[in-house]
Amino acid sequence: MAQTSTKRLNPKATQTLLAFGSLILLIVIFTIASPNFFRPDNLVGILLATAVNGILAVGVTFIIITGGIDLSIGTVMTFGSVMAGVFITMWGLPIPFGIAAGILAGALCGLINGFNIAKLKIPPFIATLGMMMVTKGLNLILSGVKPVYFVDTPDFAKIATMPVFGIPMGVVIFFGAALVAAFILTKTILGRYAFAIGSNEEAARLSGINTDAWKMGIYALGGAFAGIAGLVMASRLQSAQPALGAGYELDAIAAAVIGGTSLSGGEGSILGTVIGAFIITVLTNGLRIMSVPQEWQMVVTGLIVIGAVYLDIMRRKVR
Amino acid sequence: MHHASMNEVLIRMDGIDKSFPGVHALDKCRFELAPGEVHGLVGENGAGKSTLMKILSGVYQKDAGTIELKGQLVEIHNTKGAQSLGISIIHQELNLMKHLSAAQNIYIGREHKKGLSVLVDDATINEKTRKLFQMINLDLDPQVKVSELTVAKQQMVEIAKALSFNMDVLIMDEPTSALSDTEIDDLFKVIADLKAKGKGIVYISHRMDELKRICDRVTVMRDGCYIATNPMKDITIEQIISQMVGREMFESSHPQIDTSSTEVVLEVKGLNRGRRVRDVSFKLHRGEILGFAGLMGAGRTETARAIFGADLMDSGEIHIKGKKVEIHHPKDAVAHGIGYLSEDRKQFGLALGLSVETNTVMASLTRFLKSLVIVDDQKTRRVAEDYVKRLNTKTPSVDQIIRNLSGGNQQKVVIGKWLVRDCDILIFDEPTRGIDVGAKSEIYRLLNELADQGKSIIMISSELPEILRMSHRVVVMCEGKVTGTLKASECTQEKIMHFATMRN
Repeated sequence: MAQTSTKRLNPKATQTLLAFGSLILLIVIFTIASPNFFRPDNLVGILLATAVNGILAVGVTFIIITGGIDLSIGTVMTFGSVMAGVFITMWGLPIPFGIAAGILAGALCGLINGFNIAKLKIPPFIATLGMMMVTKGLNLILSGVKPVYFVDTPDFAKIATMPVFGIPMGVVIFFGAALVAAFILTKTILGRYAFAIGSNEEAARLSGINTDAWKMGIYALGGAFAGIAGLVMASRLQSAQPALGAGYELDAIAAAVIGGTSLSGGEGSILGTVIGAFIITVLTNGLRIMSVPQEWQMVVTGLIVIGAVYLDIMRRKVR
Repeated sequence: MHHASMNEVLIRMDGIDKSFPGVHALDKCRFELAPGEVHGLVGENGAGKSTLMKILSGVYQKDAGTIELKGQLVEIHNTKGAQSLGISIIHQELNLMKHLSAAQNIYIGREHKKGLSVLVDDATINEKTRKLFQMINLDLDPQVKVSELTVAKQQMVEIAKALSFNMDVLIMDEPTSALSDTEIDDLFKVIADLKAKGKGIVYISHRMDELKRICDRVTVMRDGCYIATNPMKDITIEQIISQMVGREMFESSHPQIDTSSTEVVLEVKGLNRGRRVRDVSFKLHRGEILGFAGLMGAGRTETARAIFGADLMDSGEIHIKGKKVEIHHPKDAVAHGIGYLSEDRKQFGLALGLSVETNTVMASLTRFLKSLVIVDDQKTRRVAEDYVKRLNTKTPSVDQIIRNLSGGNQQKVVIGKWLVRDCDILIFDEPTRGIDVGAKSEIYRLLNELADQGKSIIMISSELPEILRMSHRVVVMCEGKVTGTLKASECTQEKIMHFATMRN
């Protein structure tokens, strides 16, 4: 059984292994290049900096596996932050209500995306682009175009920063979210259907699967992850910053793609996405430590994304 | 010789051979066309008519043989080469760009330029197109977008395009399949006009009445071979049909059990869906293999898809075991125990990038859950392995990606998928398409076994020998309607072809 299960991973694991190798290589290079890189405080910094993008990326991985895309997760994430701020600071409700509001707000946005895509047949790119604009506007409207501070609830900051065995809570949430996501993707019916839809949606429908309903569920799941990311974000900043969010979706999609999730659907893994998210942060962090200007960090990250996808295409050709 | 110009020869094809991987499509075929002649080309699906004409029009290259044009040996390397020789083809599926105008379509790739050759000169091509339209008495604005035209008008645009190449030979593949009667009359007027101008026309059609109306001669092909060429005057429709189906006898390999007395598991009443399914009614009995015969475009696949809920029906009733059921989605059909095996496995039947195991349980995953949502991996694996064994599927393991399996083994996985779901009614659409001969008989054996076990099977097939060999009864369709239902004992290829070409 053990033997067959390793055999089973082989084809898909190649890209994950490749991504993991690249991550190790980057860490080695930066460690050699700068004595400041491989230090506990910097490593914890990297972990915490990856948490938000990592949670977003894990959520969007499901959507990309179905062959779809979600451009709204960045601003939906902020929508989650703002809703938490509205519930906790503006309405004075207890923190758990704010947490629930943030996650549900994200899930609701995802559900609407899913409905527009599955039932109204609006292409995912357009449907989620629209949702991105709508939530961007709503964030400003609901917050009154200014940050919502969690002044009366200092405990809210613990969500991201409370140390657990020396690791900030936000990082624990990220790993927890990734584990749950990996379980959902590999062990549950939703995960199986995500792959089936992404591999051949019509064949899945003709197998009697209610593909529309499952797609709505998967977009809602992606939205819920964005809501969680929004809570971690707000907790770290001790405020909901309504103008933030746009641009985060691209980092998350990049992380999934670097990790081997195919934009044409049917292929991908949570582990790959997590590694992809770390590659992006390590790169940014390492280049900053080496005093490479921020504008050049972007150039390098962009080239890495293109290179990763090209490698993936080459790998497919060989196979 | 009843036609004066028949002594001249426009086209002479001789000894034409063509093979595709695994298929000998044409075996020493010949064909002749005279100027001012309309020459019918007929044969069953897969007889090689279209392949032969695609060679003449440069779509395919011949492996062997010669083509003479007006007595000169010619080599036709591509469609452009054919066009420059004056040979044009109008395919069954029209090749127009819907968002461009009629004139832009006709002169695509040959745009007139102006202003340092960077601007396209639409005025000139519109004027030229107007002249082409006059030649075929077509009253149409050259600037009209093709998407706004009926299929009949689009066909006229294709004819005008062919004329713009100064064509001498026009090949038409099933030109009337999507036309109404008045549109057909208009088309025939244009054909008569072209004929009067001395053009040679190859007319591929299944419709015997049309052949009688407009053809001067008719050539019959069968199984990639040339059979005969006769003047239309000297041959009857029955003679043409018997030339098409040949004389081979096919033994019936299944026991002639009488299934007409067993329970009716599926009854379809007055099913309508678009133009391809019109008032279709039939009954399917327990343990029966009901063959669905007909020519391409007869509406058999569309009927199956409507029953299965893949396309929504416009009207009609479906009764399963005596009870009326509503099917609005494939999931409804599956819930009622209907499984559909599409003619196009890769597009509609399989998730090619996923494993044998995943595909095998795809229709019944909800039955393999440990708790509310968690899939029981060990169970799905056992079931997949079990069906690999039972169906004798050749695969290294159930983890194998479906793409790497042969057509026959892929088909077995699809069959397995519906057996795991425990479907009682199975609709097989072209079950042996793209499957090599050895695997074919295995699929036949499987079908017979399933029927013996009490499953009811609808088998859509375009291969008459397959229909005759497998079916207990045969429903024949033509242009969306059921034109005949035959018992196995009274089935012959001729009878089926008769019903399959019966226009109404």
